[in-house]
Amino acid sequence: MKKLRTLTPFEYFSIVIGVSALFISFLLFSSVTFNQYTLTVLGYIYIFVILAVSYNLINGVAGQFSLEPNGFVAIGAYVTAILILSPELKEEIFMLSSPYPFIKDVYVPNPFLVLIISGLVAAFIALLVSFPVFRVRGDYLAIVTLGFGFIIRTILINYPSISNGAMGIDSVPDFASYIFIGVCALIIVILVYNLVYSRFGRAMRAIKNDEDAALLMGIDTFKIKTLAFVTSAFFEGVGGGLMASFIGAVSPDQFTFMMTFELLIIIVIGGLGSISGSIVATFLFFGSMEILRPLDDGMWHFGPIHGVPGLRMVIFSLLLILIILFARRGLFGEREIWDVVIDLYKKIKQRRQNG
Amino acid sequence: MRIDFFIQQFINSLSLGSLYALVAIGYTMIYAAIRVINFAHGDVMIWGAFISLIIMGLIFNWQEIEMNNVSFYTFSASNFLATLFVSLLGMLIYVLVYRPLLDKKAPRITMLIAAIAVSFFLESLFNVIANNLLGGSFQTFYFPRFFGIILYLGDATISITSLIIPIVVLVMVSILIYIMKTHKIGIAIRALSYDIEMVKLMGINTNLLISIIFFVSSAYAGVGGIFYAIEFPSIDPYMGIFLGLKAFAAAVIGGIGSIGGAVIGSFILGFVETMLPGFFPSLGGWKDAFAFILLIFILLFKPTGILGKDFERQRF
Repeated sequence: MKKLRTLTPFEYFSIVIGVSALFISFLLFSSVTFNQYTLTVLGYIYIFVILAVSYNLINGVAGQFSLEPNGFVAIGAYVTAILILSPELKEEIFMLSSPYPFIKDVYVPNPFLVLIISGLVAAFIALLVSFPVFRVRGDYLAIVTLGFGFIIRTILINYPSISNGAMGIDSVPDFASYIFIGVCALIIVILVYNLVYSRFGRAMRAIKNDEDAALLMGIDTFKIKTLAFVTSAFFEGVGGGLMASFIGAVSPDQFTFMMTFELLIIIVIGGLGSISGSIVATFLFFGSMEILRPLDDGMWHFGPIHGVPGLRMVIFSLLLILIILFARRGLFGEREIWDVVIDLYKKIKQRRQNG
Repeated sequence: MRIDFFIQQFINSLSLGSLYALVAIGYTMIYAAIRVINFAHGDVMIWGAFISLIIMGLIFNWQEIEMNNVSFYTFSASNFLATLFVSLLGMLIYVLVYRPLLDKKAPRITMLIAAIAVSFFLESLFNVIANNLLGGSFQTFYFPRFFGIILYLGDATISITSLIIPIVVLVMVSILIYIMKTHKIGIAIRALSYDIEMVKLMGINTNLLISIIFFVSSAYAGVGGIFYAIEFPSIDPYMGIFLGLKAFAAAVIGGIGSIGGAVIGSFILGFVETMLPGFFPSLGGWKDAFAFILLIFILLFKPTGILGKDFERQRF
């Protein structure tokens, strides 16, 4: 934060453009050279970077414990799937019962517009939820959002004329290519970064540290908390839309509480409130998922080791408990990776001068 | 015919409400003491039924259980052991997870993350154990034939469990409220919810006191889980957290921090959840949403609940 304030706008924009150019050239390079499996995993990671960064906004930066991602991601994914499919295709796909006329007739062929509408729908629902929840102090946000995820799932399963029930909607067109997702992730990370280090972001941090003090400083805490929640819901909706198109199908089982829990582990490992921390932690998490996969599936090292289905989640939850107990700050705490690196560099320099 | 149906639904709602009450009491006591929503409480509840099932399987062998021939003796012994186990589990959660965080004066968001992590840990562990030992994560619960008796009252069908459960729960709750009002420990627990530092200064061992709260509330939740499994004899690892959330909603409706309020809120929730789908079958899909709709209304219009006090300002 301190570093950023010393940057002139010109320097700031040149850094942003430089980083974007680097990342986009990496995207182009990798889309040609990497194999299909790696690209799929990377695309999935980019989507989770979007989700983790926006989830960190409400949980880490504003300090309001929320368990919403699976609900809003589901909304975003379903809205995208319903909007992007043509009425004739929907008639074919909805097998359990014919779709409501409204659901059938909405058709927006433009991917950008579809993603933005998905985000807006999620943000609107977040606004409705936030009004009763942020009016009172306390931890009701966690309860309401957790229940909200369950309710979304129940509705998706029980009302087949909206969502095609438990079968889900498949053959969603594949507009979200690897590069498209990468560019979306880049844009969203830059947007969230700017929000976090703006006036509003500082207000969010103030609320996290001491809500009463923030109130006394003239911060409208209700508005700021709502802003954080609605913004993160918007980006989660967009991420959900990307996920629907990237996977090519949506079904209620994709959006269980497991997803929220994975995101929670990611942001706690990265450090609550650190944008670059969540990005690094997403890569770490998916790397360790691949390493721990044998726990579930079994493997063949020095003879057969039988996998135990579900053991991975036991280990992850134990890991989260241990991190919370003994390394609460995560990788970078509330700071960003470059702050950590610069501090480390200064410390080493100082030590050299002294000794 | 309508009145028969009403009586049947009313008794069902009483029994459902008293099941919620057993869990909601725990939420409300723990929240009043350490200001944490103990997400793991719902899982502790289902673990009660699960452990009871495992112990029954160890004492009895599975074939006899599957012939639905559980004797009263095994049933009550295994339920007693399971309740004891679950109470110790609840206490262990406090001692191993919450107490170190409280000692470090960790922020509330950290406590909540720890709570949800513990909850998810219990669920996944249940899942792994059930998959490997019992051959599947969905388990049928077995009980003596007596609990399966169904009474016919005109057109109404009432199972004997839905008559027994409210009575037992009423007795349990009365004992708890009596102790909280009159006994020294109960008074100390109530003092805890006002000012924890002051209670420490009075020379009371607060850690022991909070451990007792966790022990008792987990025992109540365990009993609730066993009753739940008798009434709806199918348990799976991930049902606990949702039941727990509904119970928490009930506790907020009644007023968080008040035991009587938790009971009232639970009965209201049970009533709404059985009556509305019973008389308007088209609302069936929304059954699980009622708790949260009620919760949102309470937060909008009377955040302290029916019997609650404003806890938020008092300590923070």
